[in-house]
Amino acid sequence: MIEISHLTKKFDQFVAVDDLSFSVREGEVLGFLGPNGAGKSTTMKVITGFLSPSSGSVVIDGHDISEAALEAKRLIGYLPEGAPSYGDMTTIEFLRFIAQIRGFRGAEIEQKVDQVINEVALQSVRNQSIETLSKGFKRRVGLAQAIMHDPKVLILDEPTDGLDPNQKHHVRALIKRLATDKIVIISTHILEEVTAVCSRALIIANGKVVADGTPAELESKSQYHQAISVTLTDSHDLVSDLETVPGIASVEVSEDNSLVYTIFAEGGSSIFSQVSDIAKEKHWPISEFHVERGQLEDVFRSVTEQSGGAQ
Amino acid sequence: MGNLGIIFKRELYSYFATPLAYVFVMIFLIANGIFTFDLGGFFLRGQADLLPFFGFHPWLYLFMVPAIAMTLWADERKTGTIELLLTLPVRLVDAVLGKFLAAWVLTGTALALTFPIWITVNYLGDPDNGVIMAAYLGSWFMAGGFLAIGSCMSACTKNPVISFILTVAICFLFVIMGSPILLNAFPSWVPQWLVDAFSAMGFLTHFDSIAKGVLDVRDFMFFSVFIAAWLLASAIVIEMKKAN
Repeated sequence: MIEISHLTKKFDQFVAVDDLSFSVREGEVLGFLGPNGAGKSTTMKVITGFLSPSSGSVVIDGHDISEAALEAKRLIGYLPEGAPSYGDMTTIEFLRFIAQIRGFRGAEIEQKVDQVINEVALQSVRNQSIETLSKGFKRRVGLAQAIMHDPKVLILDEPTDGLDPNQKHHVRALIKRLATDKIVIISTHILEEVTAVCSRALIIANGKVVADGTPAELESKSQYHQAISVTLTDSHDLVSDLETVPGIASVEVSEDNSLVYTIFAEGGSSIFSQVSDIAKEKHWPISEFHVERGQLEDVFRSVTEQSGGAQ
Repeated sequence: MGNLGIIFKRELYSYFATPLAYVFVMIFLIANGIFTFDLGGFFLRGQADLLPFFGFHPWLYLFMVPAIAMTLWADERKTGTIELLLTLPVRLVDAVLGKFLAAWVLTGTALALTFPIWITVNYLGDPDNGVIMAAYLGSWFMAGGFLAIGSCMSACTKNPVISFILTVAICFLFVIMGSPILLNAFPSWVPQWLVDAFSAMGFLTHFDSIAKGVLDVRDFMFFSVFIAAWLLASAIVIEMKKAN
């Protein structure tokens, strides 16, 4: 369990992380979201013990990162932003170095290195020097070093940044597979990733938590939650049909297609039956009709802009 | 093997994985040859010692050692690997020492490869080999002093070139501190103990006596404490500046 309480990190006068408190339990995959400069990377750097907090504490399984740094660091696997590694070494040399630092000795070293090479599919670049690798391979080398010692806590700063869709899929599958008995914290800009791998999403802006919940919970805060999107085959005056129907907040026509409407629900309650009844009654020429779950992107924008995060 | 040893091995390996180590050793040997035999008048002196050889070492180190030291920490900061290194279960002191020792062993290797000069002087005459050994050791310790300054300067900046220039400047200051020209420039109202203290910090003060065969533990102590102090300063600077 990771407990972060009243964590503040200042750089001179600039407050990067502002009195942040949250905790993460085993089995949780926490998606760490926020606009650029919100303090995501800084928070991760403090959790992993790279930066020391200005005030507040980070406790990892009972080890305070400031007081028992080595014990805490042993529990953590960390992929820093941009996946830095020693370019002049080959993949296998670099991973052997990490294995040694992680305390493996003798035959264990080769065994662990082979294991992670298989896990993140680095066989083809075993003996290639890291500086000559493509961005995707470099990222995977970074992942390999992070998961080497089967850490209890896995902290990944933008693990899929710069990967192609196939590689993204592999990395997400890997995270899901690893996540069962671990604490995973990933930061990302890609909101679909949160729905795909995270069991919990935490949105921060200006160093403060502005939203915290499961992806579904956050989606339900969206104005699109329970909204109905309708595509017509022919023009029809939906707006006047819906005027008398209770529970409807507003109707919007899509900007790029005048036959696509979005019907927003009032207060996030279901309006499916009302709208489908009126559609039958008035014989709407419908080609598509579906209920929206809500858009994370919409929630993200509204919570981060409210707090001035996007300026 | 502890983490210090693992980091030491990685660093030393990376010197030899790139042309850096080979270029350094080659230039060091060539420059030593020129300085000793041409400029130093090794043969003309007609004496069986290596004084001209060691006499040039402070000036040779002044430019060569900062070249090795400049990337020690600057590169780690530039490529972001410092974040990787310092979030591994590694004590900062192991990282600072491991890197320093690797660079120090590289200068030691270059120094050891000057052995043909030692063979030459033994072939031509009958030198005091004890004095030569001591001078070799003293020279290596002095190189360590230069390196420790370089380690600290390298921690100050992401830019290796700036780190190089800063290191050369500070090393130059420590080399000339004990020289008579500088000491005579002190106005007479400066108390003698201050002038003495100033002179005692100079590399030449300590190295000259070692090179001449005056084996004084205090000279070695000076370099050891000097190295330790600058490495401590490196650790403090790294701790302070790693955020930016």
